[in-house]
Amino acid sequence: MTPKVRRYVFLVAGAGLFIYLIWGFSGLPDFGHYVGPYGDVLNKIAVPERSNTDIVTAVNFDYRAIDTLGEEFILFAAVVGVASLLRTLHDESSRDPHDDAPGRRVPETSLAIRVAGLGLVAPTVLVGIYVVLHGHQTPGGGFQGGVILATALLLTYLSADYMTMRRVGPTELIEAAEGAGAVGFVLIGLAGLIFGTTFFENVLGKGTPGQLDSAGLIPFSNVAVGLAVTGGFAFMLSEFLLQTLVRRGTSGGRKREGP
Amino acid sequence: MAAVATAVALTRDPLRQAMVASLYGLVLGVLFFAFEAPDVALSQTAVGAVALPLMVLLALAKVKAMETEDEAEERGE
Repeated sequence: MTPKVRRYVFLVAGAGLFIYLIWGFSGLPDFGHYVGPYGDVLNKIAVPERSNTDIVTAVNFDYRAIDTLGEEFILFAAVVGVASLLRTLHDESSRDPHDDAPGRRVPETSLAIRVAGLGLVAPTVLVGIYVVLHGHQTPGGGFQGGVILATALLLTYLSADYMTMRRVGPTELIEAAEGAGAVGFVLIGLAGLIFGTTFFENVLGKGTPGQLDSAGLIPFSNVAVGLAVTGGFAFMLSEFLLQTLVRRGTSGGRKREGP
Repeated sequence: MAAVATAVALTRDPLRQAMVASLYGLVLGVLFFAFEAPDVALSQTAVGAVALPLMVLLALAKVKAMETEDEAEERGE
């Protein structure tokens, strides 16, 4: 396909997409004019039925928990993908980080970043745990809190160095959190099947709306997903960081001669 | 919103683009929050403003490390 033909194909396709987009957007309901019945129904029944004051979490971890399980395993698959793509290949070897340009001045991590980063670690962990644990009451939940917790690990890297990060979050711990979270979420689903009638049925006592120990299994799902997300993100971060220390072998890789 | 999105597309240097994309993620999070979707706003801020730009930065660091390595090999070191 010559560039000229390609441009024509793009122009036709782009024009078609543009027309359909305009057509679609013009048919949308006005802002604030919700038409579907489900949102209104859920807003009415979720609090009395599930003792859950954050309806979004009630939907995610109860009414359509099996979809969330699928999403959870998207992240799991991504982590497995990163782990298998970035594994140490036979012609690669790790090396100690040595200076490739010994003459240059190495910029020190500024004191401002060190102090701010170090000071932020504890509050970040606290906020992350809060967001996970209060997912059934206020906006947030396992996913959001999990990502916040993973950034706490990143803060240790920013304010100290890679080795400190590995000490705070060793790979074994991260992998264990990821695995335990993923399995735990499935087990919660199975609990519904064992003690109730359907997968992810909310079989625990519902409690009083607004209390921390309410909404039955939903907080437990949040903790499981929080563990899995923290582990998943932390694993990907440390794998990517590790990559900057991996050296390619001289025998293969990009250096191959062309055909 | 549209201005920041355009800025992301117009920034050509990947390093700067990661920073602008982070700002875009933050602005989009604020927009979700303003439209009364705090759950999505939290996810958006964490992923769009932190996680995504971070992955880009790490990939850039790796690419740069590979380039210096190649240069060192070409010099016969």
